Amino acid sequence: LMFLGTPVEIQRPRGVPLTKKQFYEESKPFTCLDGSRTIPFDRVNDDYCDCKDGSDEPGTAACPNGSFHCTNAGYRPMFIPSSRINDGICDCCDTTDEYNSGAKCENTCKELGRKEREVLQKMAEITKEGFLLKQQLIEEAKKGQQEKQSKVTDMQENKKQLDEKVEALRTVKETAEQPEKEAKERHLKAWEEQKAAIRLEKDKAKMAETFLELDDNEDGFVSVSELQSHAELDPDADGTLTEIEAQGLMGGAEQVDTSTFESVWPKIKDKYHSEVSREEEPAPVETPPDEVKEPVVDNDSEPYPEDDISEEEDEDDEDEDDYHEDDDKVSAQPTIKTPEKTHEDEEAMPPYDADTQALIDAAQKARDDFEEAEKALREMDDQIRNIEKELSFDFGPDAEFTYLYSQCYELTTSEYIYRLCPFNRVSQKPKYGGSETNLGTWGSWSGPENNKYLLMKYEQGTGCWQGPNRSTTVKLTCGKETVVTSTSEPSRCEYLMEFTTPAVCQEPANIDPSPHDHVEL
Amino acid sequence: MAVISIERMGLLSVFFVCLFFSSAFAVDRGNFKTCDQSAFCKRQRAFKPGQSPYRALLETLELSDSRLTLQLINDNNKVHLLLELYRLQGNMTRVKINELKPLKPRFEVPDVLIAEPPTEPLSVLSKDDNGVVLSLGAESQRLIVSARPFRLDIMEGPEVLLSLNSRGLLAFEHLRLRKDTQAQPEGAEVKESVDGDQQQDEGKKDEDEESNKEEDGLWEETFKSHTDTKPNGPTSISLDFSLPGVEHVYGIPEHADDLKLKTTDGGDPYRLYNLDVFQYELYNPMALYGSIPVMLAHNTQRTMGIFWLNAAETWVDISSNTAGKTVFGKMLDFVQGSSEKPQTDVRWISESGIIDVFIMLGPKPSDVFSQYASLTGTQSFPPLASLGYHQCRWNYNDQEDVKSVDQGFDQHDIPYDFIWLDIEHADGKRYFTWDPHKFSQPKEMLQGLMDKKRKMVAIVDPHIKVDSGYKIHNEITSKDFYVKNKDGGNYEGWCWPGNSGYPDFTNPEMRAWWASMFAYDQYEGSMENLFTWNDMNEPSVFNGPEVTMHKDALHGKWEHRDIHNMYGLYVQMATAEGQIQRSGGAERPFVLTRAFFAGSQRFGAVWTGDNAAEWDHLKISIPMCLSLGLVGVSFCGADVGGFFKNPSTELLVRWYQTGAYQPFFRAHAHLDTTRREPWLFGPENTALIREAVRQRYALLPYWYQLFFQAYRTGMPVMRPLWVDYPKDTATFTIDDEFLIGSDLLVHPVTEEGSRGVTAYLPGAGEVWYDVHTFQKHNGAQNLYIPVTLSSIPVFQRGGSIIPRKDRVRRSSACMENDPYTLYVALSPKKFAEGKLYIDDGHSFNYDTKKEFIHRSLTFANNALTSSNLCPDCNFLTSSWIEKVLILGASKPSKVVLKMNGKETPVDFEFDSSMSVLTLRKPGMNAGDDWTLLLQ
Repeated sequence: LMFLGTPVEIQRPRGVPLTKKQFYEESKPFTCLDGSRTIPFDRVNDDYCDCKDGSDEPGTAACPNGSFHCTNAGYRPMFIPSSRINDGICDCCDTTDEYNSGAKCENTCKELGRKEREVLQKMAEITKEGFLLKQQLIEEAKKGQQEKQSKVTDMQENKKQLDEKVEALRTVKETAEQPEKEAKERHLKAWEEQKAAIRLEKDKAKMAETFLELDDNEDGFVSVSELQSHAELDPDADGTLTEIEAQGLMGGAEQVDTSTFESVWPKIKDKYHSEVSREEEPAPVETPPDEVKEPVVDNDSEPYPEDDISEEEDEDDEDEDDYHEDDDKVSAQPTIKTPEKTHEDEEAMPPYDADTQALIDAAQKARDDFEEAEKALREMDDQIRNIEKELSFDFGPDAEFTYLYSQCYELTTSEYIYRLCPFNRVSQKPKYGGSETNLGTWGSWSGPENNKYLLMKYEQGTGCWQGPNRSTTVKLTCGKETVVTSTSEPSRCEYLMEFTTPAVCQEPANIDPSPHDHVEL
Repeated sequence: MAVISIERMGLLSVFFVCLFFSSAFAVDRGNFKTCDQSAFCKRQRAFKPGQSPYRALLETLELSDSRLTLQLINDNNKVHLLLELYRLQGNMTRVKINELKPLKPRFEVPDVLIAEPPTEPLSVLSKDDNGVVLSLGAESQRLIVSARPFRLDIMEGPEVLLSLNSRGLLAFEHLRLRKDTQAQPEGAEVKESVDGDQQQDEGKKDEDEESNKEEDGLWEETFKSHTDTKPNGPTSISLDFSLPGVEHVYGIPEHADDLKLKTTDGGDPYRLYNLDVFQYELYNPMALYGSIPVMLAHNTQRTMGIFWLNAAETWVDISSNTAGKTVFGKMLDFVQGSSEKPQTDVRWISESGIIDVFIMLGPKPSDVFSQYASLTGTQSFPPLASLGYHQCRWNYNDQEDVKSVDQGFDQHDIPYDFIWLDIEHADGKRYFTWDPHKFSQPKEMLQGLMDKKRKMVAIVDPHIKVDSGYKIHNEITSKDFYVKNKDGGNYEGWCWPGNSGYPDFTNPEMRAWWASMFAYDQYEGSMENLFTWNDMNEPSVFNGPEVTMHKDALHGKWEHRDIHNMYGLYVQMATAEGQIQRSGGAERPFVLTRAFFAGSQRFGAVWTGDNAAEWDHLKISIPMCLSLGLVGVSFCGADVGGFFKNPSTELLVRWYQTGAYQPFFRAHAHLDTTRREPWLFGPENTALIREAVRQRYALLPYWYQLFFQAYRTGMPVMRPLWVDYPKDTATFTIDDEFLIGSDLLVHPVTEEGSRGVTAYLPGAGEVWYDVHTFQKHNGAQNLYIPVTLSSIPVFQRGGSIIPRKDRVRRSSACMENDPYTLYVALSPKKFAEGKLYIDDGHSFNYDTKKEFIHRSLTFANNALTSSNLCPDCNFLTSSWIEKVLILGASKPSKVVLKMNGKETPVDFEFDSSMSVLTLRKPGMNAGDDWTLLLQ
């Protein structure tokens, strides 16, 4: 078994690593490494398993739990399970595992070593450069973080002032609105009274006119028969106005004069059709189209309450439809908007008098000022919230992942465009049209315990049929560039994305990547 | 797989949603017929036991040397039938009944029998007006033909073994012309319904027939939206069998049900009709993917078999006069002597064809197996590697995925032999092709596996994409090899690729062409380590009636109705033939099929289809494979882990532990499940799975030898206990444990959170050894075994010798030259025997050149001897005997190896706590003659 090889080869039983050489001394009985028993040395590597721990057969496949050490000079040494000794498959690059199987193995250690060194060198370069980049990223992130922190502090200070301003303006507004309201009510009331008077006048005029129309023989009286010519006045709607009915309308009289007609007029005025076709004839009450639509409009708007509307301090007792119709600010001229649905058009409300108008203008200005201040406050709040949210993310021990925030990275494959927006979401879109699928939204860092920042988990994406919601694991490796390098779907609806970034580059421990096999050489 | 992925199927999905997904994880029973919805079954079943209208015309009796013919007449309609009786070699009787003069030939099943069964002389012992008594040769067996009414009884001495038509249920719907188009032919026709129907209701029948004509579905039948035109009208057949003294019947797979068949009174009969059943339900008689119309009847005295050779839709009714009686009730009967003899009655109903029945008279279970094997052949002898572990998933995504899974096995030191590719590997489900992006370099991939001595299976389904750019489709079209629809055009249906044609595998020319497609220069990207999986070969037709082919589709002159249950057999037959041919006949094929029929055992392996990751599905895998084993199909397995849904880790581990001890050992998973390669569940579970797989590999020599035995004799590999303990009634209903061969008893843990199982160890006066601890237990007892998650309760029979290869490596081929360890488990009489079989593991040389080693190992009189069972065989192995463990031994003073006239001492160790004697490195070649003497 033991021949003196090259001067550097150190004699020991097949498959034993140098570190364990001292346990295998040819001159002494062998004690299993677990101490379980001692056997004659000629039973070491005799292709029969004597030790429970497999230590007597380091160079054969006899023990089910044994392992074989290959030196792999030129590359790196390794252990393989004993079951791979002489199984016809070359496992050790130095071919030592296949010493009796007929497998034709070539020693590839030098080549592997060279390749590995190249790779390691390349990796080292990448790591080195990546690590430098990472330092920049950390610096930038720290700076950015500080800036943001101080910005938030500033903003919070500003916000306090704004709060106060809003409150002050609210008082101003409310103070201005009270006299405005009173003045408007006064104005409206005056106008209502005026309108009533006008209406009465109109009614009287119409009554007179009607009397003249009805009085066909112009004798100054309207008789039963004259009234009967207006079948529309039929009270029982049978189409004819009988004499008795007509008489009934006339209060039992055969005829009436102008003054007695005043008591007849209210009974007939709603039905009466003028004999002269007139434009201002009132149409039979017809619902305005917007009233029909009203519930629809209402329903539509309900799920989407607009902040703007609720802000409006419009205390006028207006109908709701109007309230909603005006998504924009209520006009400064409330005159136009007063609804009088069931009445024929009245004359427009007269303009406010100068005093009232002044009050309104003042109130409106107070409102505008208040709203503006409030809006500014809201915006400020949003900004603070956004920055705080950003600051709350775990961007790594040195904030080195900060730069990924609010960025997106894409990878195009033969079928899809994948998009990774770190700390936000992962999505997939068919290359040739079709809608985007959410492959998960930011969940957490989920790398191994010793470095959780090597994996990102995105969860609760679009649901799969009969399956889970889609999710994506993003594996981060050190690279100079920030790129998505590959995607796959190892399990249905569970995606895996490979992502390189300098942010995970470790400080190069050893600049010289040469292997540690000097001893073996 | 049967399930359709909505996301992948695009436009088709809406249709399939309606068809398949109306309820989650349970079969949609509405998609499949009950007996009532199957016109012929309903007609036949409405016909109750009574006096048969059939009469034997004894004057027509003709007896040649081995064939007796006799005419039967139905006194109601005067239609003559021809009865043929044969006495077959090996204690079998064949009964054939056909129309004497059918309007046109009726279908007789070809290609299932391996040859015309050899006959033996029949002789008439006596004959009178009432009947004929024929001698069946040995053991005073007689066949009695009674004339009026017609019945057959097979007797041995004074005992009736089996009777045919004793309940008068023989019914033969003769071919007829349609009344509304044709006048009555030859005046022979009296009535239209099932012959003999009038026994129940005389007089009423004529009007009934007229009015029932359409309802009965004689000339047309509609199920759901599918209309079955029946140009031949009613053609069904039925016959009853009575089995006096029999309480246990088995077989007629495939059903997801207990091993012992149940009575079907009050429910549906067991149905045999190959169907792609989505998410099948357990414990019911619904049809599944395959059909083997063979039933075994067993009692303590005798085992018999009935083989109903018919490939049409078939229903089997079972009733029993003792069913429903409690044990106490039976005892009372016995004590009071008032008991009628227990009896099981069976009735077979088929939609078309003829009655062709083989009565296998046993008497031992092994006799029935060899009798059935002599008719339909034995299990094909599989390549050794196919007995290893198979890793499958729908789907391994691409070559990279295959590579990383392959590496995963090495990283976690778990052996495997085959990795499988499901339908996504092909280019648009065009079988025989590869997806150009995902599997662009198949040979590179296969070479990578070959370098590790591993293999691959790629799926090839029988539905062919209708696509003028697809070579396979174009060739089939140009050769006119497609199945035809009723109007003569190519039959088309929906399957995975969309619109598909179905090659007519019943056509031998088609099969020859199909086989030629597996040639390396035809099947691009294939190599010698690529094997095949035939799925969906019921055939599955997504938009067909009951998800299969229309019965009025045409295979040449025969209707699909006639051949349905054997379509899948033909697919596997042609595929296996292709694999044989590609190597010039040198290499054994490996083909897995989902659909099967009697005879399918000759072509490869079978699995139980699309099961689910549920504990009950794990349990049912045992009776399902046991039932298949009883009727010839030894190479059976269930998807380890369960196909649908995600198994819990515990279930997955338990399934590996069970699957490792079932013949076909393959993990498989649905596309929508999460990944479940064995190392994805933490190091402890990886270790448990690794251990289960390693136990499988260590036992491969035993499995291989059992398959050789199955191939030679027809003995099932995985067996119910009663096969080896036929007189022990306690074993008759056991189907939660089983035997592998005669020597290993396995009681898998199939309960969630189990802390112990109770195993029945059979055999009074025998002993069993726990294979892990070597603890000895007595036979004929229920043994409680505490279990942990690592436990796989397995026992070796005292009296057996099992060769193992304990050096488990990463694939079976890597273990080829490894030494053996012999596990000698002594009986109480200090005796043991076993066999060792060795060959190259993959070629036909064992058959064509007798290149194998077959040895008998015997331990008797303190000597273990290896002797040659095949002196004219010729095979050299480098494997040797590294160790012998003798369980139940006493300590010798000396052990000597006697070989070539020389004696050499052998080192040994003795463990007195378990009485285990270990002989250290005796070292003889596994092919040599030797004796080890314990002195």
